[in-house]
Amino acid sequence: MNEHILLDPTAENAPAQRARLPRPDSLDNKVVGLLDISKPRGNVFLDRIEEQLTALGLTVKRYSKPTFTRPAPTELKQQMAAEVDVLVEGLAD
Amino acid sequence: MTTPPPDGLIVVAKADCPTCRLIEPLLTELADAGPLQVFVQDDSDYASTLPGTHYDDTLEHSWRLDTEFVPTLIRMEQGREVSRTYGWDKAEWRTISGLSGLGEALPVMRPGCGSKTLEPGIAERLELAFGDVRLSAREIDVSAEDDAIEACYARGWSDGLPVVPPTPVRVLRMLKGTSRDPQEVIGLMPPDLVSCTVEKVAINAVMAGCKPEYMPVLLAALEATLEDDFGLHGLICTTMFGSPMIMVNGPIAKAIGMNSGNNALGQGNRANATIGRALQLIIRNVGGGRPGEIDRATLGNPGKYSFCFAEAEDSEWLPLAQERGIAAGRSAVTVFPGEGVQGIIDQKSRDPDSLARSIAESLRAVDNVKLAMAGDAVLVVSPEHARIFIEAGWSKQQLRETLEQLLMAPGEKLIAGAGGMAEGIPEKFKGKQIPKFRPGGLLIVRAGGTAGLFSAIIAGWAASGPVGSSPVTREIT
Repeated sequence: MNEHILLDPTAENAPAQRARLPRPDSLDNKVVGLLDISKPRGNVFLDRIEEQLTALGLTVKRYSKPTFTRPAPTELKQQMAAEVDVLVEGLAD
Repeated sequence: MTTPPPDGLIVVAKADCPTCRLIEPLLTELADAGPLQVFVQDDSDYASTLPGTHYDDTLEHSWRLDTEFVPTLIRMEQGREVSRTYGWDKAEWRTISGLSGLGEALPVMRPGCGSKTLEPGIAERLELAFGDVRLSAREIDVSAEDDAIEACYARGWSDGLPVVPPTPVRVLRMLKGTSRDPQEVIGLMPPDLVSCTVEKVAINAVMAGCKPEYMPVLLAALEATLEDDFGLHGLICTTMFGSPMIMVNGPIAKAIGMNSGNNALGQGNRANATIGRALQLIIRNVGGGRPGEIDRATLGNPGKYSFCFAEAEDSEWLPLAQERGIAAGRSAVTVFPGEGVQGIIDQKSRDPDSLARSIAESLRAVDNVKLAMAGDAVLVVSPEHARIFIEAGWSKQQLRETLEQLLMAPGEKLIAGAGGMAEGIPEKFKGKQIPKFRPGGLLIVRAGGTAGLFSAIIAGWAASGPVGSSPVTREIT
């Protein structure tokens, strides 16, 4: 059976496609996480971001995935979700 | 699409049907005698040399011709069907075709095969594609997601357990369980007060795992909860424990295989489990009653996944629905704002007076032993306990009246502060005899396995009656 099309069981008050969370208006008092996906030189980019955010007086926390070849481990995702308000992910080389 | 001829013959066939193969050589003879169209359901090679042969790969022709068997032979005159036969019946084929020597070498009769249009899953797909039924719910394309069940979770449609993905075919199949129009509005679903259509009910019934034959029970239960007396809006929003519990009476309970026996209040029966769950999913998805949002329950109760069972009706005790005005032999639902289950163990009473006393004392625990006329309660009497009353000639009504008498309590023991407990009823009740339940607030049903000297209390919402919720009974039609 084709399960690609589902009929909406709700009152259809929300958009059919899930919206992204809104971007914060400002980073004031926010904790910013920087996630290194462990590709070479991603740290160079993220180090510079950290310098700039720290200079703005923000709290920055650093994280890295064990390998870029796989999705982040659940524990890491849960840890980041609990510890930061905003996350910047450094993609690609 | 090829239009069938206004005059002439139509044959619907399937290449893998031996009878269709048997009559295949005759088609040339029919084509020579007049206009002939052959619709082949499964193979473009059948009768392919004839100009009037069409591979009916979408099965639209077969479906529009209402084909149940192959081969089917139809005679059309002036755009109308005038005769039809199916399988191979020499005499019939000769009459309809007008060819008196047709199939001389063939046996007199051979049955055909079932039409491909009626194979499981295909009939609904054809009806959706070509039929009059129109589903109006928004279609959500989840093809970018690798698992439809996960997609349902991601959209917040689940109560926490996996749901069956509500595909159009499954929803159409569910709608076969009722003769009501899919677009009929059942009522305004609280808390968001959104129109709830039969179609939305069917979608949530699919997700809950219902069979189509459960639809009449689910629709009656939903309608009962939407009656003003039931006060569903407040019940959804309350910080207290209760949520709609469904009790089913009458022949439909057996017909759809509901459990009223062993583990009647527990898991393991599809009808019990999924009817109660479907109602909860409708509250969640259509009404918007989600825990932590409008549903402010402090603790909730496990029945908010699903709480539905049938009464184990006994000829000696009037079933709940009949006590509440439904005619004998009819089916009905009664909805009640139930909390969880509190067991009453009494394995020693052998006479009705002793057993009634121990049940009455246990019922004092509803809400708080210091509270009175707050919540209603359902007393579920197991067969072994019921037998003690029935053998002594006690009707349900007599048991209820006895319990009401036994539950009268002096106001001074219940007032706030009495017994060293701040909780309690107002001071003004001092010196009066106070009933535990408001009039009509104690419901009694018989259910459970045949072994076990146990009964159970299902307490209601502590806002009972006009200030909150009253039980509602509704006939299943």
